[in-house]
Amino acid sequence: MTSPDNLPEVPNPEVPEVAETPAPAEPPVARRGMFGAHDSGDTSGYGGLVVRRAPQLSTPRPYGGYFDEIVDTLALDDAIERVVVDRGELTLHVKRERLVEVCTRLRDEPALRFELSLGVTGVHYPHQQGEELHAVIHLCSITHNRRVRVETSCPDSDPHIPSTVSVYPGHDWHEREAYDFFGIVFDGHPGLTRIMMPDDWDGHPQRKDYPLGGIPVEYRGATIPSPDHRRSYS
Amino acid sequence: MTTGYEEATEGKVYSVTGADWDEVVTGVRDSEEERLVVNMGPQHPSTHGVLRLVLTLDGETVTEARGVIGYLHTGIEKNMEYRTWTQGTTFVTRMDYLSPIFNETAYCLGVEKLLGIEDRVPDRAQAIRVMMMELNRISSHLVAMGTFGMELGATTPFLFGYRDREMVMDLFEYITGLRMNHAYVRPGGVSVDLPAGAVDKVGEFLKEMPKRIKDIRKLLDENPVYVRRTKDVAYLDLTGCMALGITGPILRASGLPWDLRKSQPYCGYETYEFDVATERGCDVYSRYLVRMKEMEESLKIVEQALDRIAGPLKGEPVMIEDKKIGWPAQLALGPDGFGNSPDHIAHIMGSSMEALIHHFKLVTEGFRVPAGQAYASIESPKGELGAHVVSDGGTRPYRVHFREPSFCNLQGFPAMAEGGQVADVIAAVASIDPVMGGVDR
Repeated sequence: MTSPDNLPEVPNPEVPEVAETPAPAEPPVARRGMFGAHDSGDTSGYGGLVVRRAPQLSTPRPYGGYFDEIVDTLALDDAIERVVVDRGELTLHVKRERLVEVCTRLRDEPALRFELSLGVTGVHYPHQQGEELHAVIHLCSITHNRRVRVETSCPDSDPHIPSTVSVYPGHDWHEREAYDFFGIVFDGHPGLTRIMMPDDWDGHPQRKDYPLGGIPVEYRGATIPSPDHRRSYS
Repeated sequence: MTTGYEEATEGKVYSVTGADWDEVVTGVRDSEEERLVVNMGPQHPSTHGVLRLVLTLDGETVTEARGVIGYLHTGIEKNMEYRTWTQGTTFVTRMDYLSPIFNETAYCLGVEKLLGIEDRVPDRAQAIRVMMMELNRISSHLVAMGTFGMELGATTPFLFGYRDREMVMDLFEYITGLRMNHAYVRPGGVSVDLPAGAVDKVGEFLKEMPKRIKDIRKLLDENPVYVRRTKDVAYLDLTGCMALGITGPILRASGLPWDLRKSQPYCGYETYEFDVATERGCDVYSRYLVRMKEMEESLKIVEQALDRIAGPLKGEPVMIEDKKIGWPAQLALGPDGFGNSPDHIAHIMGSSMEALIHHFKLVTEGFRVPAGQAYASIESPKGELGAHVVSDGGTRPYRVHFREPSFCNLQGFPAMAEGGQVADVIAAVASIDPVMGGVDR
């Protein structure tokens, strides 16, 4: 920038020097690009896409709305690792060894009465060391017209979570599905077998380390490699 | 044809694969064993697609019933993790293929919740969603009732049901361009506004449909054969429904008026007037009555939504104004089918390089959704349809899971069928109205 008469700019002595504050450290990169083609040049044009790891949330009190009441009535603070209130939904992260106790109390306590369970599902977070596999239960109280999400986790090395079929009998098929897709073993389930994939299937398809279309197809003696060996999707 | 029997640990096991039962009958005659294990499906026409039922029979009584599913698993949830958020609608619409609009809406409500744009979705888009959902509810129930009749031996309700459903299909084709698998509802609104003449066509439909519903009611309501096959059959009371997580018409047929459109409204349902249909019979007949009543109530809602679409909401946008999300708002029906409107093409190809870049980025890369998880649920014709949507902040879903009502309700089938007659198994499954595309996903 030069002044109108093209003289070199003189720094204004009246402006005090401000020490540069370091920018807050950016969260680590979760992944780059779109389809994970790493062995060739970026022909897709997606190479510049960067997804940063979202920080783990933990909401302090007060939670707002009826959420405080739920947590207070539950009165099992030592069983709850953290409480997250996000987008108007309450999530209770529960220690896995206390899951059955928490669910029973959520169902039976008159002030809670979460009598309707909407099932169990899994989510795989390979980057969360020691709690890679999550089991998520959505509960609904018809009596009080409220909802809550109960989340529990287990490490990949010890994928065991106690079964809640004894509390919510409808969890039978849901836990089988979560086992089938994520390999979470629900201890105490009456018959934990695969439900969607064939009984002799290898691997658990919904895990993040399981490729899309991961098996070669055999047709009339010829073997066609799986899509991810023909093209690369991350 | 049978090929004799083989000795197994539990005794002689006869495998019957043909129509010749003589060998089995002579073989079993001197046996002490009264138990017969019958495999129904996975291709039996009365099991609604590829559902396999393993029934243990003692004479005509079902002592144990087990459902085996997974024959139609297509990995929809896994596939969605490899496509953009918008492309997800194309997958979910194929889950429960009899109620595609509901699948799309549940998914889009989940994505909108993650984006935090629920309040910015235009009212006209919400009204169109409501109208389409209620039309879809009618078509889904018509199939349920039609196949219901057929499975119990009455073919006329089947023909009536499919004939009348065709009217809804025609409307869908006129409005979305497709009879099924519409991908019409998109995050932020709907893909395209109603074409000219759609309001009139829906109006004609509203005049014709009550008559058609009455026709089916005339065929079945008091039909002695039908009533005897369905009354007090496949009993499941409120306690059973609660324990097994059963929702929808089965729950309402046990006396509980639980309908998410009333109790936890979405898409503006709180502004529509309608009644929740309930019955107290807990049986197949009550479930039939609830569905019939729901169709009549749906017509009321369609009428109200149509009044708004043609009246106060005329000319309003159908997609969110936010250009970073709203795609593809500029679809239009041309002589070669659906595509970007000529105006939009002229704009991006002729006058604005930035618009072209933006269009290209939005279409190929998609929009980013802030990290987090959300659960959105709606009242589908089968029960509570929930979408658990997880994002890691990228342009693709991190995980999407659907709480499919068919999946949950089908789990309750042994509770309905055990202890009953083998013929009532058909009625029990039909009253659940499972769609295997939704069960297996």
